[in-house]
Amino acid sequence: MVKYILRRLVMLIPVLLGVSILTFSLIHLIPGDPAKSMLGEKSTESQLEQLREELGLNDPYIVQYGRFAGSILQGDLGESVKSKEDISIEIMNRLPATMELTVFAMVLAISIGILAGVIAAVKQYSWFDNLSMTGALFGVSLPIFWLGLMMIWFFSVQLNILPASGRISNNIELNSITNFYLLDSIITGNWAAFKDVLSHLIMPGVALGTIPMAIIARMTRSSMLEVMKQDYIRTANAKGLARHLIVFQHALKNAFLPVLTVIGLQFGLLLGGAVLTETIFSWPGIGRYVYLAVMGRDYPVVQSTILIIAVIFVIVNLITDILYKYFDPRISYD
Amino acid sequence: MKEETPILEVKQLHTHFFTKAGVVKAVDGVHFDIKPGETLGIVGESGSGKSITAMSIMRLIPSPPGKIVDGQVLFKGENLLNKSEKQMRKIRGKEISMIFQDPMTSLNPVFTIEKQMVETILVHENLNKQQARNRAVELLELVGIPEARGRLKNYPHEFSGGMRQRVMIAMALACNPEVLIADEPTTALDVTIQAQILELLAKLQKELGMAIIMITHDLGVVSEVCDRVMVMYAGKPVEYTDKKSLFKQPKHPYTLGLMNSIPKISAKKEKLEAIEGLPPDLRALPGGCSFAPRCSQATEICLTTDPVLIEHGNNHHVRCLLYEEETEKVVSE
Repeated sequence: MVKYILRRLVMLIPVLLGVSILTFSLIHLIPGDPAKSMLGEKSTESQLEQLREELGLNDPYIVQYGRFAGSILQGDLGESVKSKEDISIEIMNRLPATMELTVFAMVLAISIGILAGVIAAVKQYSWFDNLSMTGALFGVSLPIFWLGLMMIWFFSVQLNILPASGRISNNIELNSITNFYLLDSIITGNWAAFKDVLSHLIMPGVALGTIPMAIIARMTRSSMLEVMKQDYIRTANAKGLARHLIVFQHALKNAFLPVLTVIGLQFGLLLGGAVLTETIFSWPGIGRYVYLAVMGRDYPVVQSTILIIAVIFVIVNLITDILYKYFDPRISYD
Repeated sequence: MKEETPILEVKQLHTHFFTKAGVVKAVDGVHFDIKPGETLGIVGESGSGKSITAMSIMRLIPSPPGKIVDGQVLFKGENLLNKSEKQMRKIRGKEISMIFQDPMTSLNPVFTIEKQMVETILVHENLNKQQARNRAVELLELVGIPEARGRLKNYPHEFSGGMRQRVMIAMALACNPEVLIADEPTTALDVTIQAQILELLAKLQKELGMAIIMITHDLGVVSEVCDRVMVMYAGKPVEYTDKKSLFKQPKHPYTLGLMNSIPKISAKKEKLEAIEGLPPDLRALPGGCSFAPRCSQATEICLTTDPVLIEHGNNHHVRCLLYEEETEKVVSE
């Protein structure tokens, strides 16, 4: 097992090398002069030359890449062209917000998705099955930005019961320890903040979690239907086990592998892909950061963020692969 | 034959499946009993209703589409068909156990043998986990699994086919059941392993005294282990008697056909005699005897009149017009 994890970590090196080359090329693949596209059409030649000098754009590509890769290895992601802030620090500041939102959305998606999928499978063709699967179809088809805006319109504007943006209200004090606000408020026992943070999380969490929830529900249902037909379920019945043991232990553990694959992929996607949701709800995470960087043509920021997102994605998939072993002992890592 | 009261009596059991394409009469009037310590064989080809009979006794018919529409299953005098699901769960695995055809797929691949055995014991017996674990070891030793304690932590895929069937048997015997239903327990195994499993079952029956219902399509298995036999065709019992009279004087043309289709070492014929044709579509059974279209001795009347199971000779039941007429003659003379 340890060997397998080490081997997988070694295999990360070529992947990350590839990702770094791709993100590095990004700046050179833009049509025209990168310096000009960053500073805009009205920039003067001296400004452009200064930026080129700053970013080292006049050096040969290989030297540029060496510098880029070298500084990444030292944990230095460079600085923003626009704000001159250190990108590593900026990302570290925003990552907890994105993680908190993603984890919240995935907890929603996994718990509701799996439960709905299991019930739909066990009560196949019942009204619950039809309703939840139609709902799931809607869920995967809804554009997130539309769902987000509709929720804001309904819950914030019409009913005024949920906040429309941000992570926490201005008038709430919270001592930040981990930067995961929900966790911080629990640690410090600050229940007013807990309630406030939770109310901020609900709408973006639902918006972000809807698609994975729908996919997980459908995947769970089809996988469960398959498993419930297996001989070992008949054996479990013949042994006199209670229904809930059969469904939630014997069947679900077998049905979980394909669901786990989906969860891993969706989790990785959400961590990097919360761009729309974070933008709509003004959520101060990396999704919004990269959105602002793209709009402002702040290429170093875009490069670094994409690199970080790729790393997270690869790590989440590694964790997924390791979890397989728990759910299916037949999988051998040797 | 032992003169005891039957432990299990199945009376006029009818299990039908209500599908969109029509009603499938999978079990249509099955009738038998079995005494403690006795082995009853249920023989028939695929689709004859053997397994559905077993699943009906256990009340494990998937419903819908399946439904037990008529009959009684009397276990120690109580009709299982009137029991609630909760009461049935206390009987399944404790008083009536089952082992299945394919040990490769009948054990849950993602749980250890220990977990699968212990959970059965814990559901039915008033034991703690440690005691249940010890019981599991005892059972594995009983069915001849070497180094039983060490193997508890293994997963099914770490056992061979024969060993897995032994584990299945150990699991089925966990709570000393009074009836063991073995649904083609040796069909998926190698011939040498088949013999071992049959021997094991016979040995365990002697030690533990349970009744065994042996479902099989293999008359060889019947000749080896059964006391009495019920031959089924198209959901109906066609012949029901003790083993000796079945092999000595098979009466029903279908049983005869089955016997003739067994290759004999002594025979010089190169071609096996097979029963012509295919089993009937259970959704649209022919009007008369279900076997008539394939029967070499069928007459006009067989196509229109459905025979009933009658006693012809001492405890020898047969469902065939050939014998009905004869009996009538005997009666009228």
